[in-house]
Amino acid sequence: MFSFIRSGVALLILAAALPAHAALKVLATTADWGALATEIGGDQVNVYVATSALQDVHRVDAKPSLVARARTADLVFATGAELEIGWLPVLIQESGNSRIQPGSPGYFEATSVLTLLEKPEHFDRALGDIHPQGNPHVQLDPHNIARVAKALTERLSQLDGAHAQYFQQREKDFDTRWQAAIQRWEGEAAPLKGKPVVVMHRDQTYLCQWLGLNQVAAIEPKPGMPPTAGYLGQLVTKLTASPPRVIMVNAYNDPKAANWLSDRVHAPTVVLPFSVGGSKEAKDLFGLFDDTLNKLLAVLK
Amino acid sequence: MMSCKALAALLALAGMTTPLLGHAADDVASLRAELQALKDDYHKRVDALEQRISTLENAPVGGLAEATPAPEPAPAMASAGGGGGGTGTAFNPAISLILTGNYAHIDQDPATWRIGGFLPPEGEVGPGERSFNLGESELTLSSNVDPYFSAQMTAALSAENEVEVEEAFFRTLALPEGFTAKGGRFFSGFGYLNEVHSHAWDFADQPLVYQAFFGNQFKQDGVQVKWLAPTDLFIELGAETGNGSGFPATRLSKNGLNGATLFAHVGGDYGDATSWRAGAAYLDQRAEDRSFETVDEFDLPLTNAFTGKSRTWVVDGVLKWTPVGDPNRRQLKLQGEYMQRRESGLLTFDTAGSNLTDDYSSTQSGWYVQGVYQFLPRWRAGLRYDSLDSGTPHIGLVESGELPLSAFPLLLPANPDRISIMLDWNPSEFSRLRAQFDWDDARDSGDRDQAFRLQYIYGIGAHGAHKF
Repeated sequence: MFSFIRSGVALLILAAALPAHAALKVLATTADWGALATEIGGDQVNVYVATSALQDVHRVDAKPSLVARARTADLVFATGAELEIGWLPVLIQESGNSRIQPGSPGYFEATSVLTLLEKPEHFDRALGDIHPQGNPHVQLDPHNIARVAKALTERLSQLDGAHAQYFQQREKDFDTRWQAAIQRWEGEAAPLKGKPVVVMHRDQTYLCQWLGLNQVAAIEPKPGMPPTAGYLGQLVTKLTASPPRVIMVNAYNDPKAANWLSDRVHAPTVVLPFSVGGSKEAKDLFGLFDDTLNKLLAVLK
Repeated sequence: MMSCKALAALLALAGMTTPLLGHAADDVASLRAELQALKDDYHKRVDALEQRISTLENAPVGGLAEATPAPEPAPAMASAGGGGGGTGTAFNPAISLILTGNYAHIDQDPATWRIGGFLPPEGEVGPGERSFNLGESELTLSSNVDPYFSAQMTAALSAENEVEVEEAFFRTLALPEGFTAKGGRFFSGFGYLNEVHSHAWDFADQPLVYQAFFGNQFKQDGVQVKWLAPTDLFIELGAETGNGSGFPATRLSKNGLNGATLFAHVGGDYGDATSWRAGAAYLDQRAEDRSFETVDEFDLPLTNAFTGKSRTWVVDGVLKWTPVGDPNRRQLKLQGEYMQRRESGLLTFDTAGSNLTDDYSSTQSGWYVQGVYQFLPRWRAGLRYDSLDSGTPHIGLVESGELPLSAFPLLLPANPDRISIMLDWNPSEFSRLRAQFDWDDARDSGDRDQAFRLQYIYGIGAHGAHKF
């Protein structure tokens, strides 16, 4: 009996010691950060993505399965700027995992290395669900991805010094391909400049800013507030006077309001992947931008 | 004298933390200057950060020959995860305030409300009062203390102008191997609803079984240790002990601890759309002179008391089905809990008068099931069924013939039940208006009480995060 317990304890200790030599466990809050962690970490990371492209990352449940993943994670890779505030703090708190507490090397926020747009001048919830640090939907500007990739590489190297060179090599390789892709995308996207578009929520702001699209209206009257009939009515009046070229919807959005508006202002709706996995083509970060541009160019050229 | 000193100390503290109140008008100018200096400093830092970012961007990607003196991971900003972010001085705790209230229309006199066959629990149980009622206002402050602990306090301000410390506890952040410890006053971690604060309930009140067994929610001053298994399946084990200050336990007239609570939860996903959690718990507690007001066979008021063991089993389960990914568009939440309690010891009749004592034992049980469906982005509808079984208690004083059974009207066997429906509208993440209708036979009188409540819940301050 005692030897049984002893061998059990030995096994437990062994199990606790093992992960030090295994791949880093990364808990990414979105599919985009998951894809980026895979680009940089290669087979030295084991990535689990907490949400899918069909979810609003601001509004997911702190599911038991996610708490379990947080327990064993070596690194939490989050967006930050309060995007995940409704659930990530619970995961971290319930995880019993000291390595991923904010402030530890095992907690990394993409927005901590980015300059955010739409940083509110004053904070008032009457303005909707605004984020004091600025708009957190940063992933649709590819330059942001490149910046985050560099910071992530540093963080992975810090957590797993033995593979620092491996991570840096992969980052270098990724960055070469990424910069080339950015150049190609920016070339292809030239005709999009200045085109008037309607967005769903302010989560397409970075995309619009990058491509020079002219965001003339948002279907949500205020961030996080679904549109009312009255507001949509006003929108029709406003947009009939100066019609947009396209109404941009994200894969995770309910397209009802956008389709309704589309019929009335005679502008097509385009469903963009928004996140890796948001469409068949958006298999990875390159696919995400390829598909987003192709879909926009198809209606805006 | 002492209170004078305390007052003075408080005033001094207030003067320190809110200088604007304490200083005269001539200080305003210097404060302005200080603020300006702070602003300038802030701008400088932002500029410096921006510069760092641009240097990083322009840095040659190649020549990273020097190993990795990993630049310190962007300070300050990384604080997030928690509240903080910008809404005040960086070190202020996250503050949130919940306001609730209702308008109630209740057919039968709420003063006669009771749960048939069950000893009256302590706590604010029952449907509440008629007409407009201010509910509890919950003020929560929370923050990390240091890298090792976080702390949180919730004060409940009642409509009767009383302040109650609902929860006040510290929690560890840095224990190894999946352990977390908590100490202070806190809602016990067993079951599903026990830990949930009232503003996050899916109905205006707790299920009858929680009201009868724990006077809404069980808490005491004590400690909790939880362990989370390092597995993909969520497995959580917890143990608690404390002073027993919450019903059905009482504080004891000796040193040491009152009993123990053990609980386990298991959870996971089933496919992409379904998540679940199930649990079981056992509470082993003691009550000493746990008194309750009642009447005797002549309807005269008197006080009885119970001393003995109280042991409770709890089984709980919750399942959420989110077909389109976004729980705000469509979600079905099903939950249910079952409890069984065995009490054995001594029952004293009329502690202030005849003071007769003999043995007593009971086995009581109860359960509820409820479903809440989010069918449109702002709308949820719910249905709940409550059922209790008081069993037939063994009362020594009655069996020995000393007293008639009618001397214990509260202990007459009963099977209370209740049906509730609710509809709530959530204009935003921070506001909720709810209508609830109950067909309530908690009295087990056969004549169902009907209660209609309109309730509001508003949250201001830090953005809350809720458990599953």
